[in-house]
Amino acid sequence: MIEPLTIAMPKGRIFEEAVDLLRKAGYQLPPEFDDSRKLIIDVEEENFRFILSKPTDVATYVEHGVADLGIAGKDVLLEEDRDVYEVLDLKISGCYLAVAGLPNTKMNDVAPKIATKYPKVAATFFREQGEQVEIIKLNGSIELAPIIGLADRIVDIVSTGRTLKENGLVEYETITPITSRLIVNPVSYRIKDQRISEMVASLSEVI
Amino acid sequence: MSQLFMFEKPLGMRDTLPKLYETKQHVRTALEMEMKRWGYQFIATPALEYYETVGTASAILDQQLFKLLDQQGHTLVLRPDMTSPIARVAASKLLKEEFPLRLAYSDNVFRAQQREGGRPAEFEQVGVECIGDGTVSADGEMIALAVSALKEAGLENFQLSVSHAGFVEELFVQILGNEDRARELIQFLYEKNYVGYREHVKSLPLSSIDSKRLISFLDLRGGSEVIGKSLDLIENGNGKEAILELQELWNILNDYDVTKYIKFDLSLVSHMSYYTGILFEVYAGNVGFPIGNGGRYDSLLEKFGKSTGATGFAIRLDRLLEAIGELDETVPIECILFSPERRKEACAQAKERRQAGRHVVLQDISGVKDLDACSNKYSNVTFLVGNVGKEPAK
Repeated sequence: MIEPLTIAMPKGRIFEEAVDLLRKAGYQLPPEFDDSRKLIIDVEEENFRFILSKPTDVATYVEHGVADLGIAGKDVLLEEDRDVYEVLDLKISGCYLAVAGLPNTKMNDVAPKIATKYPKVAATFFREQGEQVEIIKLNGSIELAPIIGLADRIVDIVSTGRTLKENGLVEYETITPITSRLIVNPVSYRIKDQRISEMVASLSEVI
Repeated sequence: MSQLFMFEKPLGMRDTLPKLYETKQHVRTALEMEMKRWGYQFIATPALEYYETVGTASAILDQQLFKLLDQQGHTLVLRPDMTSPIARVAASKLLKEEFPLRLAYSDNVFRAQQREGGRPAEFEQVGVECIGDGTVSADGEMIALAVSALKEAGLENFQLSVSHAGFVEELFVQILGNEDRARELIQFLYEKNYVGYREHVKSLPLSSIDSKRLISFLDLRGGSEVIGKSLDLIENGNGKEAILELQELWNILNDYDVTKYIKFDLSLVSHMSYYTGILFEVYAGNVGFPIGNGGRYDSLLEKFGKSTGATGFAIRLDRLLEAIGELDETVPIECILFSPERRKEACAQAKERRQAGRHVVLQDISGVKDLDACSNKYSNVTFLVGNVGKEPAK
């Protein structure tokens, strides 16, 4: 039997949408797929092996080649800058990266502080604006930062804007729209080119 | 920075312990022997070079260079690749006569790593350069030799993807009108961002035919059928030369009987403005990174004052080893444990066995604290202990 195609999937928000999309593209994924707690799921009918990982790690697995393909948010790709092929915009889990803060506030003139899970994206964005900022890396609950006075602004993903609203924050600027992407390891892209091209083709049809 | 532990090494530097050393040597020798059989001569160059010469001529990004100052205040670099030092030597010394030069090397190169500190910043490359030969035959020889050397090294499952730097440039300039716009689009290929590539193409004011041509460029992957498809994409002969070179290359590789290892992938771009013609990458099925790469670099020699064509390739030994796995058979080491009164006999016996090509350790038994551990380490142990004639107590 030929080697299975290994696909790194992000757990959580994107997972369900990604599974739906694969089913729509005609792949037979067993029903227990949806509520399994396993980290590795083999689907023999399709000769696939799925790896369920933290969304920010998907690109890492793919870069190192332990997964041939992966589904990763553009936010992760921008922040991680991994050496992988970004072959398809799956147009799922749409949201955007934005700058937000308390309403009617100005940023500190000298060195405004920016709290974010995306230090690289935030640093690049403000540098391009010619702003000199101090980046504060947080791992979650970013909305807290302006409220308790840790930062002037935050850079975070916004999908509905509800979280911002409930915490009394407003958006100041949109940085870039985000969707999930199909990414491929450069070696797999060449060695398993046929199976990967097939997958790209059948996914493109249902996007 | 916290204080260093005494056993620490600079980030990305690795020790090679005996077992790995032996495997490495075995594989290196196999590659080297094949290169020698093809008439390539090995040379070595210094680890340190001037930043202004080799450092800037090299294809390696500036932020990956290890830089230091010499006592005169010149900036030096630890050589980041072997191609530019060899180009320096060839241009200044070796290229005296009008025929191609075939050189080979196996040496360590140094590249500072940007992320995940443990990745090797020093690693060995085994490679060849064919300098002063502008023919496609020379390009074909590189690929055929790479295939042959890898097979000699024991690698079975591998593939080379071949592209042409000239084709991408010609096609993009032809469609987009100027080099700046072409470069902008090539940047997306370089970043492997095909989604961005397609979006960018859509955003350009192009006829639907032209934007379709640019989109289908990404599909120029596969066997010799790619050549026909590529010809369909071009107009007025621009870029045709590159495709004809690839056609010729395919015929040459057929003559070498290595086409089963080869695929075309014209979307493969390497470092911008370094490769000028046919270029390729080598992949092994079980390693996530390319194990080698090569191609034609006709503008490098000019930087060192000699305008001539050149092509070459390099195999990354560490990644090749990962692909091959551990060597099963290592040469066994025997041990003779002796006590001083029988030293002469032990020496004679060791000499005899060594002359027969066996690896023999001669060890004074009083220097060994744990005899069992010592016996286990060697393939066989001979005791020459006590007075002659008496059986030793084991």
